[in-house]
Amino acid sequence: MTTLDTTEASGMIMTKTAEDTGTLAKTATAARAGEHETKISASAVSVFYGEKQALFDVTIDIPARQVMAFIGPSGCGKSTFLRCINRMNDTIDICSVKGKIEIDGANIYDPKIDPVLLRARVGMVFQKPNPFPKSIYDNIAYGPRIHGVAKAGSAMDEIVETSLQRAGLWNEVKDRLHEPGTGLSGGQQQRLCIARAIAVNPDVILMDEPCSALDPIATAKVEELIDELRTRYTIVIVTHSMQQAARVSQKAAFFHLGNLIEVDETDRMFTNPTDQRTQDYITGRFG
Amino acid sequence: MSDTTAQSGKPKERAWYEPDAKLSRRHAADRRLRIYGIAAIVFALSMLATLVGTIAITAAPAVTQTMVTLEVEVPEGAVDPSDPRGGSYQKILNESVARIFPEVDTPRELRELRQIFSNGGQYALRDKVVADPSLIGRTFEITFPLSDIGDQLHKGEIDRNLPPDYRRVSDQQIGWYDRLVAQDRISAPFNWGLIFNADSRFPELAGLWGALVGSFYALLICFLVSFPVGISAAVYLEEFAPKNRLTDLIEVNINNLAAVPSIVFGLLGLAVFLNFFGMPRSAPIVGGLVLSLMTLPTIIIATRAALKAVPPSIREAAIGVGASKMQTVGHHVLPLAMPGILTGTIIGLAQALGETAPLLLIGMNAFITAAPDSMFNPSTALPTQIYIWADSPERGFTSRTSAAIIVLLGFLVCMNAIAIYMRKRFERRW
Repeated sequence: MTTLDTTEASGMIMTKTAEDTGTLAKTATAARAGEHETKISASAVSVFYGEKQALFDVTIDIPARQVMAFIGPSGCGKSTFLRCINRMNDTIDICSVKGKIEIDGANIYDPKIDPVLLRARVGMVFQKPNPFPKSIYDNIAYGPRIHGVAKAGSAMDEIVETSLQRAGLWNEVKDRLHEPGTGLSGGQQQRLCIARAIAVNPDVILMDEPCSALDPIATAKVEELIDELRTRYTIVIVTHSMQQAARVSQKAAFFHLGNLIEVDETDRMFTNPTDQRTQDYITGRFG
Repeated sequence: MSDTTAQSGKPKERAWYEPDAKLSRRHAADRRLRIYGIAAIVFALSMLATLVGTIAITAAPAVTQTMVTLEVEVPEGAVDPSDPRGGSYQKILNESVARIFPEVDTPRELRELRQIFSNGGQYALRDKVVADPSLIGRTFEITFPLSDIGDQLHKGEIDRNLPPDYRRVSDQQIGWYDRLVAQDRISAPFNWGLIFNADSRFPELAGLWGALVGSFYALLICFLVSFPVGISAAVYLEEFAPKNRLTDLIEVNINNLAAVPSIVFGLLGLAVFLNFFGMPRSAPIVGGLVLSLMTLPTIIIATRAALKAVPPSIREAAIGVGASKMQTVGHHVLPLAMPGILTGTIIGLAQALGETAPLLLIGMNAFITAAPDSMFNPSTALPTQIYIWADSPERGFTSRTSAAIIVLLGFLVCMNAIAIYMRKRFERRW
């Protein structure tokens, strides 16, 4: 068996063999999740689209090297909050954010923080696979290139290989690195996007419904990958699928109508929610 | 069930699949609409075919140019080998014509005889001697154009059966021409002069070279100005500008600019570029600047449409890995929009190529007998050359005007074909 002891390993990079990922004992890690340090700490975050308030005073701590799932019905603000964590909302003119989000103790909405540097630390994977219409190699190499992590050549080749390996895509694409990334299947494209996010060496990966455009087999692969990635990265995933949240996440946060209703261990939330609305949502009474 | 009872109750009721009158009326309306559509297309195509057909038929005579071949003797003393340009070539030519028609001696007859030959013969001879001064003192053959009336005669445009007073050639001239034909001195090769000669008063010498070079320079200027300016403006408006009243106003005005009649741009060019900045009159640089004002809105609108067509997911992907706004646009959005931008640019340039009115106002309809050396020299452009020729009284210009139109249309079709090819070639599916 793999000895995946998160208590011992917290704070350092862990390595894990690829086998038996599916059966990775979530139960063990979930029980000890409280011992994870806090990576992202949001306090009283409100988001406005023009006049309309989309998010109300969200306060949440997201632990390092775990998977945190945001669940809730459509339009509940979970994606909005996710996009606050790497300031993607900055690109929307009418969007304004109030409150404080700290990553490793630094407020990311501080004027001194450059969103470009922030987004290198906080990678993002989107709902629809969106590889650049370039070669697989260039898709991965783009991030490191613009951040000056590596020049072209063997250093870059290494980053590309490592990123693809971590995204579990290397064996499938190693012979066609210079073919267009858009030629891959949907699931492979999404893993390519994950590899692209990994390539700039982030601490946090945000995933906005990464499997909603994928078939069940591709979904299973991506979920497996997420489970592996959490040994290195803090992962926040927005999902509409209760089963997915249960499968991949250690902690879950339930959003409803722009409010954060409940944050808990995923197991506990699915078996014994404290709030009636959470209960109603996960039992399928609304949403 | 209920419907079976209903059917048994009213046995005369139609089955659901039997059409009623209303349905067949609906289908008839469908068919009518389709017929109207086809009729409209047939009408439009037949108009186009008529237009192009008429032009092509009118232009047909200009495809060839009637030439005459004479033996010329350039005597030693007639031309100074150190300055071959200064020789009296007309006299030399007249002498070789006189050798063919020795009986012609009265001044009136001689003048009539010379009318058959182009005035350009002496220049053809001069150029030949200048190119090869060793010809001095020798006898050699030279081929040069017949004059307009000779050309018309050869092409059968002049009716020999008309009484002499009603046609432009006398019986004597017809006789001389026939003698030249009998001596096998007349030929009608492809009319290269139409393309490679500059403009001339004489139709048989007039060509489009000056106009082609002028149009090329003007389009070059137009492209160099409107392409970068148009793209910068469009990128700023689409990607960077805040959405407020000012940018709305700018957007509305760019769209208005596209609808401004071209002659207004000509007046603007006249007032600003010529009168205020004192730029050279009739020069392609001014023409190009005026045309770029007209092309600018086309390029801006096409570029903005192309930028809008780039899916937001690509921008998100780039921003998501930490690209700055400028990198997102420069590395991803602009390259992906480029085919659309280039297509719009070519269409804008094709429009500019055919534009006449603004060029008339800045003097690009001048009579200029040499192709411009640079974009600062006076010149004409293709459409203004057509305008000049269409105004000229000589018969030869009728066919040449149409031929010039064909040349212009040819360029336009080529440019549009390139635009379509690029659109197809670089079309992306997301």
